[in-house]
Amino acid sequence: MITDYRYIGKPTLRKDAFDIVTGKAKFISDLTVPGMLYGKILRSPLPHALIKSINTTEAKLLPGVKAVLTYKDVPDWKAGARPQHVRVLDSKVRYVGQAVALVAAETEKIAEEAIRLIKVEYEPLPAVYDVEEAMQPDAPLIYEQFNANVLPPESRAFGPRTLQEIVIGDVDKGLAEADFVVEGTCAYENIPNPLPPETPGVIASWEGADNLTVWSASQGPHMFKVTLQPLMGGINIRSIGSPVGASYGSKYMSWQFVMPAAALSKATGKPVKLCFKKSEHLAAFTVRLGSRIHGKVGMKKDGTVTFLSGDWLVNTGAFSECAQFMIAVGCGEAQLMLRCPNWSLKPKVICTNRTASGQVRGFGGQELKCALIPLLTMAMEKANIDPVNFFKKNYVKPGDGYYWRDGEWWVCQGTDYTRAIEKGAETFGWKEKWQGWLKPTAVDGARRRGVGVGVHGNADIGEDVSEAFVRLDGDGKAIIHCSLAEHGTGQRSNICKMVAEVLQLPLERVFFTPVDSLVNPVEIGPVGSRGTYAIGNAVIAAAEDAQRQLFEKMAPLFKVTPEDLETSEGMVYVKGKPGAKLPWSKGLHYYGACLGRGRFEPDFSKPNFMIVFSEVEVDVETGKVDLIRVVCATDVGQVIDPPSLTNQLNGCLGSGGIDSALFEETIIDKRLGRIMNANMIDYKWRTFAELPEMELVVLETPVAGHRFHAIGVGEIATAPGPSAVLMAVSNAIGVRLNDYPLTPDRILNALGKVNAAKRRGKQ
Amino acid sequence: MTPTQIKPSLPTLTLNVNGKLHSFMLGEGLHEVSPSHTLAYTLRERLGLTGTKISCDEGACGCCTVLMDGKAVLSCILLTVECGEKEIVTIEGLEDPETGELDPLQQSFIDHTAFQCGFCTPGIIMSAKALLVENPSPTRDEVKEALSGNFCRCISNYHVLDAVIAAARKGGGE
Repeated sequence: MITDYRYIGKPTLRKDAFDIVTGKAKFISDLTVPGMLYGKILRSPLPHALIKSINTTEAKLLPGVKAVLTYKDVPDWKAGARPQHVRVLDSKVRYVGQAVALVAAETEKIAEEAIRLIKVEYEPLPAVYDVEEAMQPDAPLIYEQFNANVLPPESRAFGPRTLQEIVIGDVDKGLAEADFVVEGTCAYENIPNPLPPETPGVIASWEGADNLTVWSASQGPHMFKVTLQPLMGGINIRSIGSPVGASYGSKYMSWQFVMPAAALSKATGKPVKLCFKKSEHLAAFTVRLGSRIHGKVGMKKDGTVTFLSGDWLVNTGAFSECAQFMIAVGCGEAQLMLRCPNWSLKPKVICTNRTASGQVRGFGGQELKCALIPLLTMAMEKANIDPVNFFKKNYVKPGDGYYWRDGEWWVCQGTDYTRAIEKGAETFGWKEKWQGWLKPTAVDGARRRGVGVGVHGNADIGEDVSEAFVRLDGDGKAIIHCSLAEHGTGQRSNICKMVAEVLQLPLERVFFTPVDSLVNPVEIGPVGSRGTYAIGNAVIAAAEDAQRQLFEKMAPLFKVTPEDLETSEGMVYVKGKPGAKLPWSKGLHYYGACLGRGRFEPDFSKPNFMIVFSEVEVDVETGKVDLIRVVCATDVGQVIDPPSLTNQLNGCLGSGGIDSALFEETIIDKRLGRIMNANMIDYKWRTFAELPEMELVVLETPVAGHRFHAIGVGEIATAPGPSAVLMAVSNAIGVRLNDYPLTPDRILNALGKVNAAKRRGKQ
Repeated sequence: MTPTQIKPSLPTLTLNVNGKLHSFMLGEGLHEVSPSHTLAYTLRERLGLTGTKISCDEGACGCCTVLMDGKAVLSCILLTVECGEKEIVTIEGLEDPETGELDPLQQSFIDHTAFQCGFCTPGIIMSAKALLVENPSPTRDEVKEALSGNFCRCISNYHVLDAVIAAARKGGGE
């Protein structure tokens, strides 16, 4: 295996580094367009109500106000998946924070003032927040078309055979074969907010009848052409991306901010900028799915799982942004973690009266795992099996099969992650620290240590089609045409490294087009850890194609065949004859650029993997939990850029990751339907002073199917952590815990010291 | 830069930002500074210094951190009219004005890839700068403490700590 790469595997300068550290990077909130107006949204104060009347007269009369739109005069654009069920503005509100009216004005301040002048009369309706209450016959119906508030299961997110449940084998047979059977309810329903620092934002500019230009902080700007154009009456969208002030998945499905701005631009004939305030970001934008499992597991003494059955109740809030897509992927991911012959896991997506759930790093899989792994640990505890051995035995191996999101049966052709698990356990010191189920690692007065472990993986590193062009110019430069937005992983720079490596060009001579759907081919975007494998493969193929064309053009100049040529530093050489060389300009001149084309076709046969070990210290007097140490272990085939990878893996703490086990939660006052902690003081996040010790174990077992044998892993870093921490805390205090977050009141409640339900206002 | 001559009867405000003086009329007009404007708003919307970021806009996340007389302050909870007599430095003012050379701290952030999305980075660099002005050779724990008001959701924190410590060492600390 070649390991002496010029750029691959070595730290290199991120292309945007200078702009970032000097403040020159232009995020969406930093942009202005001449003649631009500012948009604002009036939001519902009630969780469920009919709008009886809206009076906008006074708002419209305010000097500087250019448009005030209500459900009566916005275009009939519908979103939400699937089926489409959310109008951009509606006569009914379904959560506190839902858009009720839109204003465009000359300044933000005038727009804010105008919002306050709109008078709305509501007829309040009863609201429901719990998934099981929402399915009762007497529950308020949030959408008339969704019986019992359950989204129709027949909606097909990923084609006609979309995975909608896991039904494999015969559960009764598995029941008969089991040595231990456990049954229980586990939940991950604290709906953490991924909370990127930059709020969602957009500038929309409507030109003529059918052309809309959108500048946005979307993680997948090109997808507007795929997802929004059809929803907006088949118009043409030109989508221009900006650096994304992080997204963690949340700014991928972007209609909640794009459509209001587009409606205002259409109404005013001017560009309209709409950037959410942080309070809107926290209270009216998407959070994680709520996840609850009533399940049953059968296990043999040796840790073989004989069956898994249950209902997976998925709380999507006031609408489904893409919940059916997420449960399809979640169901696939459950099978990667668990080799089990008999399944009957049936998801239901349920609407409730709170801000909607949507796409977040972990995409259904994290939400499922955080409830599913605790259920499995109940059986492991009965069978007295070490969870590390369990995961080692049960994580998908090459040759094993699974149904993926498309409903097709895929056979694993990827890596065996046994070594990564063993190396991670060794680095963590698992053998020394693990004392058995519900046993602390160490006790020092009121302070108890415990350890826990979780796993996750997805097969989405090869999801969806990518297309890219690579252009070679006569002046010895390579330009990558691709609509990949930079959302923080450094992927744009890493793609440049791959092209520089293929063409043996200095990295500073490899350029990237701006993210603009007008100049670039289709790009789904950096989601599901697909940047390295799917996007990388498309761009590498384009670079190779361009190089082939270059050699065809230049071979006659040397009187050799194209196969005899090689290139570096913008020069073409005859192999083995270092003297026989010409610059690209001799073949391309100033007018004859080579345009190589590359394409990647979906391939779900190569799951990635992450195992997270955690050690916590719990104070049983105060209930406070400190995260002491985290070890993440994975195998990536080949590291592309070491600092980018360590950054991504360290990211396991944030963005609704590990800390969603400890203190991150969106708290709803169920009397009012309002989110009580929609600010960055009451929504808790980890500070520099509280960083745990972090160690990363990264193996490099080459993967077939990629020129540099690499796969992506960034997206999944957050997913294994929460269940690992839940296990660690349970072990530390000797009491099993089955839901999150592990705030002091929950710990003290588990220890019988306080009544947490009372403190949380549930009784 | 010479301050613009303004009629003495009109209320004005002169701001010293990155060593340059800027005079504003006070008022509610499109190009004036209102008594209700925050420093962050004035820097971004009046002076075009968009390197100072607004995230929470209520003093919780540190993205808007700038230096005021050498101390780190949150420009989203400071009123512009309070800053008249102060020396303000923003991320745009860290480079050497003559040579354009980056501040060693900025260079160290580049060298350590001490960012991911980069939105919180200017605020973190300004907080770190204030620390190094006051304490040129901080311990790792002192850096953690000094940066505790800065939100980094991507968790580039570990690389940031390395970058700040390395910059301090280069700057003659340790």
